[in-house]
Amino acid sequence: MSPDAGIEVRIWRGGAQGRYETFRAPRRENQTVLDIVTWIQREADPTLAYRFACRVGVCGSCAMTVNGKPRWTCRTHVSKVASGGRLTIAPLRNLTVIKDLACEMTPFFEKWRRARGRFEAAISRDDPLVPVSPESPERRAADAAIECINCAVCHAACDVVAWRGDYLGPAALNRAWAAWNDVRDGDRTAVLAAAGAEAGCGNCHSHQSCAEHCPVGINPTRSIAGLKRAGLAALLRGAL
Amino acid sequence: MTARLFLVQRLTAVILAPLVLVHLGVIVYAVRNGLSAGEILDRTRGSLGWAAFYGGFVLTVSVHGAIGLRAALIEWGGQGRRTAARVALAAALLLLVLGLRAVWAVVGGGAP
Repeated sequence: MSPDAGIEVRIWRGGAQGRYETFRAPRRENQTVLDIVTWIQREADPTLAYRFACRVGVCGSCAMTVNGKPRWTCRTHVSKVASGGRLTIAPLRNLTVIKDLACEMTPFFEKWRRARGRFEAAISRDDPLVPVSPESPERRAADAAIECINCAVCHAACDVVAWRGDYLGPAALNRAWAAWNDVRDGDRTAVLAAAGAEAGCGNCHSHQSCAEHCPVGINPTRSIAGLKRAGLAALLRGAL
Repeated sequence: MTARLFLVQRLTAVILAPLVLVHLGVIVYAVRNGLSAGEILDRTRGSLGWAAFYGGFVLTVSVHGAIGLRAALIEWGGQGRRTAARVALAAALLLLVLGLRAVWAVVGGGAP
């Protein structure tokens, strides 16, 4: 498509009940989907609601459904996804829509808490630092899971979350896996108990949609499989 | 509880995998020259080995199937945990009773 032909953009307007509204935006070189949304909000309709912050793929706040797939819009080039010169932009799946492209993120982060994806110190600040070798298996496993930007793309891509809304989902469970692999944590078994509870890691069907869509290349399915293995081992040892 | 169900589901799957293969293998082997009820009963009646094999099969299937049904009812049936557990328990008992009755029919008493 030539840069000056413009592009037809359908954008979801309203909440859970709503409709698509069609806009025409100018095409530019190296244009991202977020650039298009921002142009529409600034130049065509200032009432359009959407979220963004960093614009460089760090903050994880601009995820939307672009032509049917969940994506980080700030790092998604229009040229890669605009099929037939058209874009359809909707809010993320599996979350309640507040308005237009902005979703209620609270339930998503509540799941992180439920999965016990936080650090519980075993020692005080007066104790010496606990060395963690970068080469240790736990540290390597945590490294593979740690770079999550909380964008909820995996949560939107997950069919199990769509089936049962209380399922913890790939992001929270991936975080729990990183937390469980932190050998400094004072109560790692609690992570396995939280992650393995009802609607937890045992419900993952290993579809791998999360890994397929994760913008930063994390494989939450692998993390969840790790939680399943660790949970089973703890159960057999009688530790859970 | 959920973690235990998960463990039992995995363990029964491990047990079921070879049982299903042997079951299918026996079917293929047994029907090579045609098959009659009398032939089956000649092999199975009074056989402790077949009683243990299919008794174990029925027991494992009842547990494995019921746990899977519970998950499917919640995920795809939109049912609450309590309803799913009750239906799954009923299914487990039904499979167990019907299955053991069938095992008894071929290895135990009853008219041939």
